[in-house]
Amino acid sequence: MSRLRYVLIRLLQGIGIILAIVVLNFFLLRAVPGDPALAMAGEAGAADAEYLQQMREDWGLDRPILEQLAIYLEGVVTLDFGYSYRFGAPVLEIIMERLPSTLLLTTAAFFFALIVGVLLGTIAALKVGSWVDTIVTVVALAFYAAPIFWFGLMSILLFAVVLDWLPPVGYQTIGAEYTGFRHFLDVAHHLILPTLTLGLFYTAIYARLARASILEVMRMEFITAARAKGLREHRVVIVHILRNAILPVISMAGFQAGHLVGGTVIIETIFAWPGIGRLAFEAVLGRDYTLLLGVFLLTSAMVVVFNLITDLIYAQVDPRIEVHS
Amino acid sequence: MKEFWERYKRNKGAVIGLYVVVFVVLVAILAPILFSASPWELAGRPFLPPMSPKFLLGTDMLGRDILAGLAHGARVSLIVGIASALASTTIGILVGGIAGYYGGRIDDALMRFTELFQTIPSFILAIVLVAILNPTIYSVVLAIAIISWPPVARLVRGEFLSLREREFVMASIVIGQSDMRIIFTQILPNAMGPIIVMASLMVAGAILLEGSLSFLGFGDPEMMSWGFMIGSSRNLIRVAWWMSLFPGLAIFVTVLALNLVGEGLTDALNPRLAREVKA
Repeated sequence: MSRLRYVLIRLLQGIGIILAIVVLNFFLLRAVPGDPALAMAGEAGAADAEYLQQMREDWGLDRPILEQLAIYLEGVVTLDFGYSYRFGAPVLEIIMERLPSTLLLTTAAFFFALIVGVLLGTIAALKVGSWVDTIVTVVALAFYAAPIFWFGLMSILLFAVVLDWLPPVGYQTIGAEYTGFRHFLDVAHHLILPTLTLGLFYTAIYARLARASILEVMRMEFITAARAKGLREHRVVIVHILRNAILPVISMAGFQAGHLVGGTVIIETIFAWPGIGRLAFEAVLGRDYTLLLGVFLLTSAMVVVFNLITDLIYAQVDPRIEVHS
Repeated sequence: MKEFWERYKRNKGAVIGLYVVVFVVLVAILAPILFSASPWELAGRPFLPPMSPKFLLGTDMLGRDILAGLAHGARVSLIVGIASALASTTIGILVGGIAGYYGGRIDDALMRFTELFQTIPSFILAIVLVAILNPTIYSVVLAIAIISWPPVARLVRGEFLSLREREFVMASIVIGQSDMRIIFTQILPNAMGPIIVMASLMVAGAILLEGSLSFLGFGDPEMMSWGFMIGSSRNLIRVAWWMSLFPGLAIFVTVLALNLVGEGLTDALNPRLAREVKA
């Protein structure tokens, strides 16, 4: 299969999944108990009968459900996700404003987890059965089981309250108005705790996965062959073992990269991080379902995009997949 | 059975995990006897630190006994954990079983459906579902089940695909047994090993999810749960650290123990598969 064809098929599948999610989204929106017009009017602060009727017509709520679906689809295609009365702005605009800080947090956590996890897993696997291996295995098991919200609170207690090393919550020092490099340092300082809290769970996953995967590859015959033909040990490890053992880690990491964004609800709520995870939480509290489902749709779309990118990277890295033909 | 236990107990961690799980189950069952008053009852002075007389783990901001809360919270965690694991395993067996047994277009369609659910950011979907359905213990179980079944479906499908080609299944087809009978009496029993392992891990995952939902305030407001205890004390962490430390430890230890049991079950039920699931 040529690379172009492969990419096209994956792309079409991705679009299909996004469409399905849009439809699901629409029905979830309609499943909200009560009259959506009434809910929206309540948010807007006016609820006389005439105004309600006006809203129903504006939103097409008086038309058959399939026609409503068509209107909704049309809106999504033209990037119109509706209007949030609570925030007094279009949903897309609110999300876009919050997205960069979420991407900053998830990117930091992702690379932290991937690098540290693979490193720990590799060390554990190369020294299998040693005390290093035992420590890595036990610590990974612990981080894997620790509830992330509790872990976040405890790290605030330890590092911000007791030791006073790091700021407990927030994105930057309020009122400091730093600019340039000082601003960068300030944000980086605030980023450490949420990144570690979000990242350590995934670090545990990658460490376990990398360890298991390396141990499996090490047993294979081509590794014995590589050693038998006299290759230096570091060459065997890097070129032969790691190149093959990293594959499951890549596919797992890619699968989770998209989900990281959706998984920030708790972290951003605990650390008062102004991203879309916290936005989803605020939307539920405010019963702003248009906004909530907007976040839901966009985070789903991001998963599809990340899955696609993962497939492409995988095809590049996997020595068994031929994409150049 | 004896052989099963022999293999299980070779994994020391799994044995310790099993003791812990049994202890938590006992606490959950005996909670109404050990702490007969409601865990919501204002039992003493507020903000009593741990090791206070009568309150081993202290009291919260309203003077509720933290230890009593933990014992009653164990009920919620276990009920939600077990119920959602059962529900998601059932959905997974149905979807994966049908896909793997019939193959072809049915398999394709069902796997696309599964992929769809694996794509949706699961925690946000859970919040959306609980918010729409209103938080009760039933909607929490339903939401967790709906977001947790896809891995089971994939696992079951894989097992069914390979078992379907085996001779004893062919024989059942030849003697004219019905599809349902073959699925439930021939194939499923042979696929149970890995399914049981996954179900035990699902209980752990469901307890974490329930904790997260309750922490954010989307749990059943009628039930004292570990996540709720942590969530309600999160702004008081500077004043009363014990209010969030102990319920979090309870979740941590229970989930860790269940994961250890899962590893032990892997070793005992399916030594061949032990490697794959551990990854």
